[in-house]
Amino acid sequence: MAVANIQVSETPLVLYALRRADDALILGHRLSEWCGHAPMLEEDMALSNIALDLIGQARELYAFAAKAERRDNDEDKLAYLRDVRQYRNLLLVEQPNGDFAQTLVRQFFYSAFADLCWRAMMSSRYTTLAAIAAKSEKESAYHLRHASEWIIRLGDGTDESHRRAQAAIDHLWAFTGEMFSVDDGERALIQAGIAVDPETLRGRWLQTISDVVSEATLVLPQNNWMQQGGRTGRHSEHLGHLLSELQSMQRTFPGLTW
Amino acid sequence: MYTQALNTAETEDRGLEDAAKAAEFQARIDAEERIEPNDWMPAAYRKTLTRQISQHAHSEIVGMLPEGNWITRAPTLRRKAALLAKVQDECGHGLYLYAAAETLGASREELVDAMLAGKAKYSSIFNYPTLTWADIGTIGWLVDGAAIMNQIPLCRCSYGPYARAMIRVCKEESFHQRQGYEIMLTLCRGSDEQKAMAQDALNRWWWPVLMMFGPPDVASQHSDTSTRWKIKRFSNDELRQKFVDATVPQAQYLGLTIPDPGMTQDADGHWRYSEIDWTEFKQVLAGNGPCNRDRMAARRKAHEEGAWVREAAAAYAAKRARRQTAQAAE
Repeated sequence: MAVANIQVSETPLVLYALRRADDALILGHRLSEWCGHAPMLEEDMALSNIALDLIGQARELYAFAAKAERRDNDEDKLAYLRDVRQYRNLLLVEQPNGDFAQTLVRQFFYSAFADLCWRAMMSSRYTTLAAIAAKSEKESAYHLRHASEWIIRLGDGTDESHRRAQAAIDHLWAFTGEMFSVDDGERALIQAGIAVDPETLRGRWLQTISDVVSEATLVLPQNNWMQQGGRTGRHSEHLGHLLSELQSMQRTFPGLTW
Repeated sequence: MYTQALNTAETEDRGLEDAAKAAEFQARIDAEERIEPNDWMPAAYRKTLTRQISQHAHSEIVGMLPEGNWITRAPTLRRKAALLAKVQDECGHGLYLYAAAETLGASREELVDAMLAGKAKYSSIFNYPTLTWADIGTIGWLVDGAAIMNQIPLCRCSYGPYARAMIRVCKEESFHQRQGYEIMLTLCRGSDEQKAMAQDALNRWWWPVLMMFGPPDVASQHSDTSTRWKIKRFSNDELRQKFVDATVPQAQYLGLTIPDPGMTQDADGHWRYSEIDWTEFKQVLAGNGPCNRDRMAARRKAHEEGAWVREAAAAYAAKRARRQTAQAAE
């Protein structure tokens, strides 16, 4: 039984919240795939914890988006009844877990950005966004510390871990540029003091990344070509598979209460 | 490592247990004193507890798999977060329990290796598949319900670290049990399809859950000494009966039928269940349950594929220690 996708009125504010919510949900979902399968129990705990933080952030942001939208959408409709082309997350967060190095490099790139972004958003003129940011920043600071420590351990661990960490950096680097892209609607929100201008974060982000990568005896790629598309719904092939799993219950049994 | 500071069982390994110490030990048990890691204990007590606590730890870890099977498919974000938190709790229980077992002188690595080699057991219940969302509700309601029945008496177990671990574990398990029951209640108040899903799950899990309490008292190998040492306070059949008596009214409230047409209530109010199929239980324990191979394969895969990560962490820690020593020497 097929269920129709919901329609979303993507005003700049709704879109802004959805983009952050989708980042958090998709990355949280990816991390939750590790639960029960991590290299050590401590990491089963840690990755699940980070996933829980991210899913929590997604829920608050979806609630905010739904309220801003003023239709009858809610967090579950937004998460479960939009198709690939309606999802607004970064390409980075939908990339498959790969090995532990790939998961941690993905987390490292994202958390280093998210932490700065949440901290800046704490002074958003929208108090709800500022409040979500204040809670999320505390979480992302831990996520960044956890990921940074692993990048250093893996880079400066064994030959194999070094090779895997470097391969993950080389593979994922092209997905980092999208974090700094801004469209016209978002530009207006930035000017109104509601949204964060990611360009103002780029220098500090690159500094954090470079410091950790260098301590890990790893290097950043020379190739600076960046993939784009997630923010406008042009995703990699991976997202559709993730969504078909994530949404399977709501698609199979439409309109029920669980 | 926690075990470093603890006395080990060297003297007992040499077979020098003396009768006076054993009598004193039993007197402490009889006086309801807690035995702590550095206290003298009979080698068999240590061995029994190491086996029981590590099996319990393995069960928590393998038990993450059937429920983990639904984390990526949970029907709402609220359910997804709750399930993920729950499975993470199970992992935490596994960690406390391995730590408790380490106080007896065994290392987590050797205990895990024994499990992965198929030499150590884990609860038979985790060898059944989770086919629908209702299985997640049923596991919380019945499997965690049965676990609580087993574990509440363990909060008074004579071995201190195990008893203390159980107090925390039981608090979390009782939360899981309520959460599972609430999933069932939602299904049973939902559509016909949801109610049928709930009944189907109960039908599949009921008998395996009763088997969780272990073989009938007449056939249990470990009960006598465990009872004398106050590791075990109730027999398998006593706990099973308590569970059935507590669960029947809960099923009635849900409007579900327990798949035991022969069940009757006796004059004392106890619900008498039909004969359990112990052949199935033995087959599952022997490795022939529907998911034994999958569960072991999943744990081995995680362990093997994680080896390079653990090696990297150890290599980095060693490098760092060397650098710190070199810096201190400058």
